[in-house]
Amino acid sequence: MSGTFVGMPAFPKAAHEAVGNATLRGNLRHATHTIRAKRARAVAEVPDWAELREAGKRIKDHTLRHLDRYLVQLEESVTAAGGTVHWAADADEANRIVADLVKATGEREVVKVKSMATQEIGLNEALEAEGIRAYETDLAELIVQLGKDRPSHILVPAIHRNRGEIRDIFARKMGAWGRPAPEGLTDTPAELAEAARLHLREKFLRAKVGISGANFMVAETGTLVVVESEGNGRMCLTLPETLISVVGIEKVVPTWRDLEVFLQTLPRSSTAERMNPYTSTWTGTTSEDGPREFHLVLLDNGRTDTLADEVGRQALRCIRCSACLNVCPVYERAGGHAYGSVYPGPIGAILSPQLRGTQSEIDASLPYASSLCGACYEVCPVAIDIPEVLVHLRERVAQGGEVTRDGNKVVLKPAKGHAAERAAMRAARWAFARPGALRAGQRLASRTRRLHPRSLPGPGRAWSEAREMPPVPAEPFRDWWQRTRGGTEEGK
Amino acid sequence: MSSRERVLGRVRRALADVPRDERPYEEAVPRAYLREHGRRTVEETVELLAENLAEYRAVVHRCAEGELPGVVARLLGARGSRSVLVPPGLDAGWLAASEVRQVADRAESTPEELDRVDSVVTGCALAIAETGTIVLDGSPDQGRRRITLVPDHHICVVRVPEQVVSSVPQALERLDPARPLTWISGPSATSDIELDRVEGVHGPRTLEVVLVG
Repeated sequence: MSGTFVGMPAFPKAAHEAVGNATLRGNLRHATHTIRAKRARAVAEVPDWAELREAGKRIKDHTLRHLDRYLVQLEESVTAAGGTVHWAADADEANRIVADLVKATGEREVVKVKSMATQEIGLNEALEAEGIRAYETDLAELIVQLGKDRPSHILVPAIHRNRGEIRDIFARKMGAWGRPAPEGLTDTPAELAEAARLHLREKFLRAKVGISGANFMVAETGTLVVVESEGNGRMCLTLPETLISVVGIEKVVPTWRDLEVFLQTLPRSSTAERMNPYTSTWTGTTSEDGPREFHLVLLDNGRTDTLADEVGRQALRCIRCSACLNVCPVYERAGGHAYGSVYPGPIGAILSPQLRGTQSEIDASLPYASSLCGACYEVCPVAIDIPEVLVHLRERVAQGGEVTRDGNKVVLKPAKGHAAERAAMRAARWAFARPGALRAGQRLASRTRRLHPRSLPGPGRAWSEAREMPPVPAEPFRDWWQRTRGGTEEGK
Repeated sequence: MSSRERVLGRVRRALADVPRDERPYEEAVPRAYLREHGRRTVEETVELLAENLAEYRAVVHRCAEGELPGVVARLLGARGSRSVLVPPGLDAGWLAASEVRQVADRAESTPEELDRVDSVVTGCALAIAETGTIVLDGSPDQGRRRITLVPDHHICVVRVPEQVVSSVPQALERLDPARPLTWISGPSATSDIELDRVEGVHGPRTLEVVLVG
């Protein structure tokens, strides 16, 4: 399996392969069901969950609607606290900035805190091309990196691996990256965690450069926040001499006080805990405590294009908790890889096509990777109406229209694959406007019903592949209604 | 055009639909949520802190002020620690009964040196009862962030009830964002193997909290 998402097949094809993998389905079912029940308990503990959710939504919406102002304020605060702020319009620019900053230190390796933004821009690969080795230090990221695998979940990128598979990856691969796994390693989670501790310890202790993302950035104070469990975040944020944080521009919140909402909703939504084991906050640099140099790289990479869409911009409220993945019936069966992006699941289905545009086959198919059941909306701690955005994006794919790409307005053509759907809709409109033609057509259909195929030919085949064709009744409804006077003279 | 101007320009164009006179922040964000969950006496709040700390596998001890040196000595002894890191402003009395070698944290101490120390003893900025969280803010009785991270055994002293707050909103009110903060809820843990919680990864694997007062 390759480590990138380039050239992914469309969702239906990738999902079709994934659902055939019994181990994968078992792993996903076990993990998502475990966390689902726990999350429900953690949320039920706080009677004001609805109010916290509403406040989180409003804070994010307000910030997004005045994003320019808050970004400038954040820049001033971070700079005043001793940090340096860089701006990156796209992934290439962000990667170049980080690579140059690392090279300026003279170092050839960096330790990384788990970060979705750096996954999104492919930072590790970009650094590798510059001769810099990036070590992932989150346990699940380590499993993905050692296994040359791709992430399949926002919170637990190795959720598709069970303990036996993780043991095998550690035993086979750790040696090539540093300290090998202990002899006779078993698959008990505690032993696997211990193996990761030993393997990464030497890397933490000698690291001179750390790279992180951030869960939140506070505009008024210039404070960054990283929420984590293992302590690898603390290691990377405090032991190195230089810290580089790559953060999406939508992660800013106006005030310090706003954290009182998200530090209650995020842990409960993601790991189903009252509070995660470690949260670090830092404001610029502190003399003799932690990194001497701090760089913040503010990343656009499609976020401003998403912001330009009045319906779709709510996706930028996302705090990456992954609750929507854990409740999604489609994610549970198809797994994360089928989504062809570092953002899988329901949120990925609305985020990826907006960040990357809908030109590629996979991105055009993602808005359809849902049954629109709405479970994702219900659990979302910032109330993103994912079904609403999915339908909105389907419309964009099928009908085309004006969108913003790289800051410019462009007009999308309707997607090719939807020509048959549009033709069918046109035919329906014609028939429904002509009662005589509709009646004749319905009678013909009833009389020939024994001859009907069980699946549709041509472009309709994909639709009928996974569905039963509805049976045509012996008599059209309108004929029955006239004959029986609306059922009052049945048997006549 | 610089990337800064490019990104800010895109943001402004994207927000062309937002009216100039939109509601200000104070009105746009309703704060109908609770400042704390439930009514408790001071003693009940301390009790809740102890319960929640223990639920996330911190080891909780309670003692009176005068008993603290004895408790710290006993904990270090039971652990078999030979050395203990001491923040610069720690009350010297807390370690008065301990025979363990004391290591001062110096600016030039390397992470490797810290890794050879068995335990660390600190105070804290405050503790949050509802979530079982202790918060460190780098004050002299807590020291630099790294000293509570690298050693495998952390003893944290919380003065009750004065350092205990009920909730996350109350904690943020009392904390100074300009200081580097570390919020700790139990020993290091991971949910990365089958989404089930396992204690003990990179941070201290044993967290002992002594509630004094």
